[in-house]
Amino acid sequence: MDRIRNFSIIAHIDHGKSTLADRLIQHCGVSDERTFRNQILDTMDIERERGITIKSQAITLPYTAKDGHEYILNLIDTPGHVDFSYEVSRALASCEGVLLLIDAAQGVQAQTVANLYMAMEHNLEIIPVINKIDLPAADVNRVMEQIDSELGLDPYASLRCSAKEGTGIEDILEAIVHRLPSPTGTPDKPLSALIFDAKYDSFRGTIINCRLLDGTVRSGDIIRFMHNGETYKVEEVGHFLLARHPMESLSAGAVGYIIAGVKTVSDVNIGDTITLDRNPRPQPLPGFREIKPVVFASIYPIASDDYEELAVSLEKYKLNDAAFTYQKDSSAALGQGFRCGFLGLLHLDIVQERLEREYDLSIILSVPSVRYRVTLHSGETMMIDNPIHFPNPVAIEVSEEPYIRATMFFPEKYMGAVMKLCREKRGETPVVHYPNPGRVELVFDMPLAEVITDFYDKLKTITQGYGSFDYELADYRESPLALLDILVNGEKVDALSQIVHRIKARERALHACERLKEEIPRQMFKIAIQGAIGSEIVARSTISPFRKDVTAKCYGGDITRKRKLLEKQKKGKKRMKMVGSVSIPQSAFIAVLKSDES
Amino acid sequence: MYEGMFESFDTIYFGGGTPSILSPRELETIITALRNAFAITPDFEMTIETNPCDLTSGYAESLRSLGFNRLSLGIQSFDNALLSFLGRRHTSRVAEDAIINAEKAGFENVGLDFIYGVPSQSIISWKETLSKALSYSPSHISCYQLTIEDATPLGLLREKSLLHTIGDSLEYGFFMATSRTLDDAGYIHYEVSNFAKHPLLRSRHNEKYWNHTPYLGLGPSAHSFLQGRRWWNHRSLHNYMKDILAQKKPVEDDETLTMEQLETEALFLGLRTSRGIELKESCGFYKDDPSNSLSAVLKKLIDAGLITLESGIVAPTIKGLAVGDSLALSLLHTM
Ligand SMILES: Nc1nc2c(ncn2[C@@H]2O[C@H](COP(=O)(O)OP(=O)(O)OP(=O)(O)O)[C@@H](O)[C@H]2O)c(=O)[nH]1
Ligand SMILES: [Mg+2]
Repeated sequence: MDRIRNFSIIAHIDHGKSTLADRLIQHCGVSDERTFRNQILDTMDIERERGITIKSQAITLPYTAKDGHEYILNLIDTPGHVDFSYEVSRALASCEGVLLLIDAAQGVQAQTVANLYMAMEHNLEIIPVINKIDLPAADVNRVMEQIDSELGLDPYASLRCSAKEGTGIEDILEAIVHRLPSPTGTPDKPLSALIFDAKYDSFRGTIINCRLLDGTVRSGDIIRFMHNGETYKVEEVGHFLLARHPMESLSAGAVGYIIAGVKTVSDVNIGDTITLDRNPRPQPLPGFREIKPVVFASIYPIASDDYEELAVSLEKYKLNDAAFTYQKDSSAALGQGFRCGFLGLLHLDIVQERLEREYDLSIILSVPSVRYRVTLHSGETMMIDNPIHFPNPVAIEVSEEPYIRATMFFPEKYMGAVMKLCREKRGETPVVHYPNPGRVELVFDMPLAEVITDFYDKLKTITQGYGSFDYELADYRESPLALLDILVNGEKVDALSQIVHRIKARERALHACERLKEEIPRQMFKIAIQGAIGSEIVARSTISPFRKDVTAKCYGGDITRKRKLLEKQKKGKKRMKMVGSVSIPQSAFIAVLKSDES
Repeated sequence: MYEGMFESFDTIYFGGGTPSILSPRELETIITALRNAFAITPDFEMTIETNPCDLTSGYAESLRSLGFNRLSLGIQSFDNALLSFLGRRHTSRVAEDAIINAEKAGFENVGLDFIYGVPSQSIISWKETLSKALSYSPSHISCYQLTIEDATPLGLLREKSLLHTIGDSLEYGFFMATSRTLDDAGYIHYEVSNFAKHPLLRSRHNEKYWNHTPYLGLGPSAHSFLQGRRWWNHRSLHNYMKDILAQKKPVEDDETLTMEQLETEALFLGLRTSRGIELKESCGFYKDDPSNSLSAVLKKLIDAGLITLESGIVAPTIKGLAVGDSLALSLLHTM
């Protein structure tokens, strides 16, 4: 066991975690030249296309150190985006140490700090690694200072590398071996394995990723999930190389997988403890904080006939995304659908794209919302994440909305602009630190609703890419709320309704009307778009009709061409939702929420 | 080669390109060959498209004696500046002479073809062209709004932003002015781009394209239609000749239309004509239910003044003809 090292690579988004993982994998000879590709652990199409990691990935690397011994290194690559920070916290629960990567040009950023705190909470050994030293803009000395003053770590304990060029890799591997502790635990104690992830495989059922703290598990054992007492017979255990690698057994200290005929991922509780049925441990391990969706939106099939298919697809999708929630919902304008919960807008975006791509569905998402709290005169308190359920305003005693605590890092010269942005977004009680000369750490309390739209994009823009942002949920605060409805040619489109801060209602209504005007294609007749609070129209816009589109000539060969075009357009129209006689494209629903400049 | 495929032909049309570059002798050879190969009805309509430059009085008389009883004259415009912008060889003067020559030769059925909506053109100058055309009282007028296709000289100019299209509202202005001017002069706007002095003077031949009537196209690129099947000849002259010399049909490709495709075509072709479409006819989609989406769309279109609906016939108004493509799409969508 003292030859095992369990560690995660953590960092701010894009600081090079997956690229460093590549180098470590190659150095340990796990991947040959033929099968290797960049960011090899980013296996999902969507991860590869967008160049970001969404799911943590574990891999076991055999490494022969300079001391001549062979070590087993269990590496977990983690995502950097704030929507997926729960993936990081789970990964950390199965490690003794972390490599904390810092981009030599960008320096310490918001998720660097957030991830560092997470690692400290788990009492992990931290090795700071300054990456991308090959960049012309790299400033190692400045980053060393930041490591000292902003992270409170010893800058001289940091390593330097270029994951891209493969320099400094061996030093990192040696540091992992010599500086990170080996796992503690006893193979003969009762089995206690922490489930930190689960993945659905259509041939084998659920693949449980776990970290063994004590005990040993081998195929044929009867295991028990401690949260519900369910038992399963183990079919296979093993390590992750680039593919699953079956082993005789897994013992204390190991990170690996168990396959035990568990049908669906929802049968597995991430954070649960697995023990042996015949020799159980008395209590489960502490487990994880439950992850709760914070952004909600309804999904509707564009063609109502596809409802059943959507239902089946969501069920399948859910198998591999425990953070995603859904339940039945229906809209007067868009028909039957599902109300879904997401961790943030990136998560929402990814779910939408995967549903469309992997399940070949054409769907529409309603305008996303956060979860509000409304107390009625009757004393009843309701949580409302769907504008459809917003109560009659006269019945409302108090309305409250969720606030977050946002932490931002950026160069001092952007202070004015960032402050202005935060104020516009109804930010409160700013706290300013100057961790290093020229650098600002700004903490603001802000309504989550203002942040989910496009706060981060805007922050990036006004700080010319130098600003970073992290947040945690804080509390609910009283806030006057109103329901903003959108009417298209006099017909209410409930999927476009939003719950808004009353002061901002008119502005948001105007914005929605303008965005819809851009998104809805001109049609043969005039389209009136109105924003209404109750029966009061607070904003409007009009889409003028187009009046001429017919092709001049239609003889012989033109006819075939024209028919093919029509057939294609008809398919295209299937991707729009007809409300009354107006076709509203998919993009309109999200556009309403985003602001103009982005 | 086509023996037994078609019954008899009542229209013959020499068009596509400039058939008037053929000498009367050459035309005669073709006509004789056609008469030998195909059954032709006694009251046939035989049209030839002519370039005004080619229509000397002698040529007009030859055409007449070859049996042509309808002329389609590619006038394009009476505005010399525009003619040269469009790259035409002829001038307004030549065009007028051609009309007179046709009349003198005894052609009673003369169709004049025009192009309008050219970026530099004004509605006023277009109306001048129209009134000059009307002064000859032609039996048929075709007015084609300029369409700039990609990969044509004009299309390339547009791509480089050297040419701006006039935009749909000005296009609409041109379209309505055309329709109104010709309507005032007593012409029937029977198809998007076609006007006839009298219902019987509509282009008998062209209507076949819009009604799925069988037709046979000879020559490179020509399209044919018979019993739900459409085929087209090689574009390349080389391939065309190769097949002909090998006694093969020079067919590049073909398609057999499904019922649904036939209906789709009937729908959009019908909506390009003032006659419109009969709902019951073109229809897996006629439902007599006021609550269905078709009825809702129809109502909307009627309210917008784009169509009329009478005894099951949906006919576009003039305003509706201008958006014929979208009309078809919106009805198709509810099918
Ligand atoms: N110049 C340079 N570029 C690097 C280096 N390491 C990574 N990159 C680049 O930085 C970008 C992000 O790299 P990733 O490895 O995907 O970053 P990540 O931290 O895994 O990103 P997320 O998973 O989305 O948080 C890629 O374009 C890499 O090629 C380096 O050492 N030098
Ligand atoms: Mg990554």
